[in-house]
Amino acid sequence: MSTQALPTTKAPARPLKVKMERVNWSGTIILILCAVTVLLPLYVTISMAFKTTSQAVDGNAFSFPSPISVDGFVEAWNLTKFPVGAGVSLFVTAGTVVLTIFLAAFASYAIIRNWDRRLFRWSFFYLLAAMFIPFPVVALPQIQLTGRFGLDNPVGVVLLATMFQLSFSVLLFTAFLRSIPLELEESARVDGATTWQTFWKLIFPLLAPMSATVGIFAFLYAWNDFMMPSLIISDPALQTLPVRQNLFQNQFSNNYNVSFASYLMAMAPAIVAYLFTQRWVMEGVTQGAVKG
Amino acid sequence: MSTTTTEVVGGQKVRRTKRRVEPIYYLFLLPSLILFTLAITIPGIIGIFFSFTDSIGIGDWSFIGLTNYVAAFSDPAILQSYLFTFGFSIATVLVVNAIAFMLAVGLVSRIRFKTGLRTIFVIPMVISGIIIAYVFNFLFSNSLPALGTALGIEALETSLLANPDLAWVAIVAVTAWQAIPGTLLIYIAGLLSVPGDVYEAADIDGATKFQQLTRITVPLVAGYVVINIILGFKGFLNAYDIIVGLTNGGPGTATRSVAMTIIAGFNGGDYAYQMANATIFFVVAILISILQLSLTRGRNAF
Repeated sequence: MSTQALPTTKAPARPLKVKMERVNWSGTIILILCAVTVLLPLYVTISMAFKTTSQAVDGNAFSFPSPISVDGFVEAWNLTKFPVGAGVSLFVTAGTVVLTIFLAAFASYAIIRNWDRRLFRWSFFYLLAAMFIPFPVVALPQIQLTGRFGLDNPVGVVLLATMFQLSFSVLLFTAFLRSIPLELEESARVDGATTWQTFWKLIFPLLAPMSATVGIFAFLYAWNDFMMPSLIISDPALQTLPVRQNLFQNQFSNNYNVSFASYLMAMAPAIVAYLFTQRWVMEGVTQGAVKG
Repeated sequence: MSTTTTEVVGGQKVRRTKRRVEPIYYLFLLPSLILFTLAITIPGIIGIFFSFTDSIGIGDWSFIGLTNYVAAFSDPAILQSYLFTFGFSIATVLVVNAIAFMLAVGLVSRIRFKTGLRTIFVIPMVISGIIIAYVFNFLFSNSLPALGTALGIEALETSLLANPDLAWVAIVAVTAWQAIPGTLLIYIAGLLSVPGDVYEAADIDGATKFQQLTRITVPLVAGYVVINIILGFKGFLNAYDIIVGLTNGGPGTATRSVAMTIIAGFNGGDYAYQMANATIFFVVAILISILQLSLTRGRNAF
């Protein structure tokens, strides 16, 4: 289990080694109890989702489903038009992730290689300024403008979400690009590579770890956000998965098994993706916050 | 910029140091600049512009100067939303940082199941705020009152969310539940950056574990504490999703955040008035960012 590097592993001295192997059991137990508070709401979500409607209405959140029923999932699938919602969410998320990575990487490269130019230097600070602008501040004019220009749909959300991710992503990319030695690039140039080839074949692959970090932040934001799509997308049929869940707050509010099945279907993809990529996610988030 | 003029004026020497910018770099930069200007700068300017008018979002409008701002500063609804948002943010930031720090200390100590526990603690970060708020909404409305009745605790017998004085506690709890992972990861990085031999030296000098924590760990990760507190505070000021899912600003307007007040203005026909509110909120956000930059000396901007 504990394969993570301990802060003290480099000490080779013998007496210390013996000490290191002593497991902190009281700490382990306290942390396991804390982990239960994280898992409990998830357990409730799963167990409620698999109940029948008649068992779910008794309001006992912690009971085990008996009999196990998938009726909730079937009904939730149809009520929220899950395939459409998932498709829109997937589109918004993929669009935001890809657009953020490419736009930020291109812009950061241009900025760093032309830092001696005022236009590029000022562009850097200009793009960074958005970190100080919360979405609610510009939300109302954005709702109006997207409505006027036919962008009150998932495409508009992709554009706006990308722009709000841009500042932070440019900050990460530029910090990383500064650490890449210029000599590396010069050798490619000597071999006759154009700027485009240098970026595409040499720099962009080198940026991969940062692209992963930028992509993870963009994914978490775009997949989970409620506020922006709920305000920007005017057609309810084109809403993302999180926004579709408000269906259960108004109608169908007593069919708990249906609503929880729907919540589970909406949150499961991100959790499963996280479990498979957790190392990257943790490293990415840590890097993103500590660097820059 | 005007490279050709510099070359002509500067002559030979400048030409060598100030090379021409390859056109492709403009192609790299311009898409971001143009989209950013259209998506954020222009809406921002439009918003500030209309905050000085009496526009309701559509149709005719005229300039009314600072009337909206004067009205906003004496509007009890807006004042209450600021009071709630700041109080909620301060409470949440304290809860999140205290718990995340303790969890991080535990997670870097010599415990079993380290990887598994860390995996679990990070899960809330990947769940949508609105959905987890709906799940907790059910727990607060059904399970907690049932528990309160069973244990005979009167305060818990009715739903926390329906109590104007206590609904904020539920919001702080759920927000903290979701915000702890990000803070925790930063603290783990901070704790792992403390070299192990410092503790070995302290061990040899006979320092207790508690002394090591307060005299070594806390001072050495103080920078991370500052980062976490400011990042958290800035994020919590924008609270929207979780409140919508838990109380939708209720009971009454007891838990209405600034973001919710601004958005509500769009449907209520208070467009220009709420744009004034948004502009005030923007100034508040900038003041906090300046505080952040001065505290971290520009080392970290997030």
